Amino acid sequence: MSEEFKIEIVNPEKSFLSKEDVTEVVVPAFEGEMGILKDHISIISFLKPGIIKIFSKSGEEHYYVEDGIVEFKNNNLSVLTSSIFNIKDFDKDKISELLTQAEEYSKNSEITDQNKYLVDQKIDVLKTLN
Amino acid sequence: MATLDDLKKRIASVKSTQKITKAMKMVAAAKLRKAQENAEKGRPYSEKMNNIILNLSSGISDKENAPKLLSGTGEEKIYLCIVLTSDRGLCGGFNSNIIKKAKAYFKKLSEEGKILKIITVGSKGYDQLKRVYKDSIVEKISFKESKTINYLDAEKVGKLIIENFEKKEFDVCTIFYNKFKNVITQIPQEQQIIPLKTSEVEENSSEDNYEFEPDEDEILSNLLPKNISTQIFKAMLENSASEQGSRMSAMDSATRNAGEMVDKLTIEYNRSRQAAITKELIEIISGAESL
Repeated sequence: MSEEFKIEIVNPEKSFLSKEDVTEVVVPAFEGEMGILKDHISIISFLKPGIIKIFSKSGEEHYYVEDGIVEFKNNNLSVLTSSIFNIKDFDKDKISELLTQAEEYSKNSEITDQNKYLVDQKIDVLKTLN
Repeated sequence: MATLDDLKKRIASVKSTQKITKAMKMVAAAKLRKAQENAEKGRPYSEKMNNIILNLSSGISDKENAPKLLSGTGEEKIYLCIVLTSDRGLCGGFNSNIIKKAKAYFKKLSEEGKILKIITVGSKGYDQLKRVYKDSIVEKISFKESKTINYLDAEKVGKLIIENFEKKEFDVCTIFYNKFKNVITQIPQEQQIIPLKTSEVEENSSEDNYEFEPDEDEILSNLLPKNISTQIFKAMLENSASEQGSRMSAMDSATRNAGEMVDKLTIEYNRSRQAAITKELIEIISGAESL
């Protein structure tokens, strides 16, 4: 029996990625990283800033996301996100640009706890990339 | 009767107008293809988002405590209408159709004694509405600077709506836009986004039980604001495709009309030229005869 399932990543502008031969996906869910294999129970969760890791026959791919929702149902994984980047396309300048933005935002005193948590996550992830 | 020279000038001017409308048609056709592509590419996102929300809201057990964005404030007094139009003119009935639809809705509201608030997106809508509804317009937004429709713009509008909603500035929110059907037909739409119409939930309810992480309420309250931006983005994409389609067909008929006018003027020009020649000949002949 094959161990593969489908993944589709869409952002508002277009369908970002669609693959049929995925064996495992690790998503940065709000309450911690979550690995998804075939025949996972139907689940809806939302994402915090982090890296989506996709393992497929053709290798391993990494994407950086800032937010989004994942839905898994009938071996179809849908990821809806408004900001996603392929790690390969990331250069130092882009990372440091995002990093400074995030740091400025976190200094804002009116920030809510939840946003603070999210932005701290973002800074951590970006720092590991840098 | 116009002199030969006048006619000649008019033909030239109509011809140059025709050139402009023809060029505009070409540009609109090229832009239309792109806008249409974008609208199609954007559909999966909003559809998926809608599905998830439908699944979620049908799964919610405690209707009383459902997020306000879904269930409404419990009152229906203040109506906020978002009217999405274009920033440029010369696109046939595109803007007027939306405005017509919106005005009919406004009239219905004022008859029912509701309070009306309007946000216009796109400068043409503001121009048309300000004469009658100047006091109701709370905000006008225009994205003239952005070359293409992008999600950030939609998000700005979405955030504004949610901010106002949280301040309890309105109870019901409706958006007006043109849905792109094909190049000749665009259908003006009114779509209620707050509270979310849940009429489709019943037909679409699936038996699937989802696992939620964190719980349903938290996901829903996170998702609903996003959904508003998404719906607005979808409306903006549909609108831009409709605008180009509408402009293309308007410019096409303008080009055709100009062609007809050139033909008519050319016939008139030739006739009067002939008449002038005949007149001259008669004068010469009668002059020779009198000798």
